[in-house]
Amino acid sequence: MSKILEGLKYSESHEWVKVEGNVALVGVSDYAQKEMGDITYVDLPEEGDDVIAGEEFGALESVKAASDLISPVSGVVVAVNAALEDTPEAVNEDAYAAWIIKVEMSNPADLDALMDAAAYKAYIKE
Amino acid sequence: MEEQLKTTCLYNAHVALGAKMSPFAGFMMPIQYSGIVEEHLAVRQHVGMFDVSHMGEIFVKGPQAEAFINHIFTGDIRGYEPGKVLYGMMCYPDGGTVDDLLVYREYLADHFLLVVNAANVDKDFAWIQEQSKGYEVRLDNASDRIGQIAVQGPEAEKAVIEVLGYKEAADLAFYTFCDVEYKGERLILSRTGYTGEDGFELYTTNENTVEIWDRLLKAGVVPCGLGCRDTLRFEAGLPLYGDELSPEISPVMAGLSMFCKLEKDFIGRDALADQKAGNLARKLVGIEIEDKAIPRNGYPVLLEDGTQVGVVTTGYHSISLDKSICFALVNKEYSALDTPLYIGIRKKTFPGKVVKKRFYQTNYKK
Repeated sequence: MSKILEGLKYSESHEWVKVEGNVALVGVSDYAQKEMGDITYVDLPEEGDDVIAGEEFGALESVKAASDLISPVSGVVVAVNAALEDTPEAVNEDAYAAWIIKVEMSNPADLDALMDAAAYKAYIKE
Repeated sequence: MEEQLKTTCLYNAHVALGAKMSPFAGFMMPIQYSGIVEEHLAVRQHVGMFDVSHMGEIFVKGPQAEAFINHIFTGDIRGYEPGKVLYGMMCYPDGGTVDDLLVYREYLADHFLLVVNAANVDKDFAWIQEQSKGYEVRLDNASDRIGQIAVQGPEAEKAVIEVLGYKEAADLAFYTFCDVEYKGERLILSRTGYTGEDGFELYTTNENTVEIWDRLLKAGVVPCGLGCRDTLRFEAGLPLYGDELSPEISPVMAGLSMFCKLEKDFIGRDALADQKAGNLARKLVGIEIEDKAIPRNGYPVLLEDGTQVGVVTTGYHSISLDKSICFALVNKEYSALDTPLYIGIRKKTFPGKVVKKRFYQTNYKK
């Protein structure tokens, strides 16, 4: 069974969002890291890049395949978790501690389109 | 029309182990159990086992079996003694590859076994039947009746001897086999593999295969899926049909000329000789890039100015070497060692250079 944290928002492409004021921390869910297996590389955007809800902003690479990261919200990247460049396995170890980017949201209403923990649990049907 | 997926005799064993299952070559196969990295390292450092029961086994028998196989096979089996195994390809007249395969010369006179790729069994059997007209041979596609386990790694010999009791294993050289029995049924004990390590492939009945798997598992041999089978064979510089060999990619283009005996006649010989003489557009190379980003099948190989000169066929961040490397099919003029080339990965371009295709130093028993 995959871990799902209460209080976070989830996208259909398995990213999670933690809201801190007008800033959204974005990572991938425990379910997603399990599906991908051993993560070996995180392709990060740069601080200052624009991201758009529903569009790709980077990628996670496992041994077997690359998976696009899809931004759940629109805005500007204000921080990237550069530590993941050297320790991509941190995503496997604790998917909810390993945030990938922080986005200053330009349209907080994007959050309304996301699922809460209960809806996400139903969505992954485990 | 969706084709019904087949299962191997070990399907229930995989499900019981919690394997991640996925369709491959028309079969529902285990991709991984504990994880690709762990399984990969088990084979490199200790011993792992693979269910390769999906592979095809075709027996060729008869007074003209040797002459016939030599006609369809790029290798030369004349003079090969019973108990020897030879790797090579079957080609179309234009040099394109029908399949790569192993040819076993059996201990009975005029008996041979061809081991072919699972995805190609039907195509290969039809091709072989078609070419056999005029030869006195009998063909038997035994693929569904035979299970196969590959036991691979530096401790493979120990496992085969101690767990299964086959002391014969100690005397087998690489690419030879012997016939033993398991519960009164024939078992082909072959010192071959697809990992770059020492190891054995065991062919026997489906029923025996299930029992042997269980015994090896209980003795601590690590079950390994197709995920690490691909990372292992890739590091060892071994081609996968469909990626590095195909009707469009000849053995010469793939850098496998050493398995094509051009001094004898066989289907595709003239086209391959022409390619070997330099008349070919593309060649398979190894490329190493200076980054942890991973070149994948289909990604473009570029020059500094962005001109595309090739395409990646297989790529990984190598588990054993901690480098991002790939096989790529490139225009011949860019195939020399150390040629600087670039790979497009998503929106970025990464510099690299042409390196030898055998990325990992293999550890075969001579």
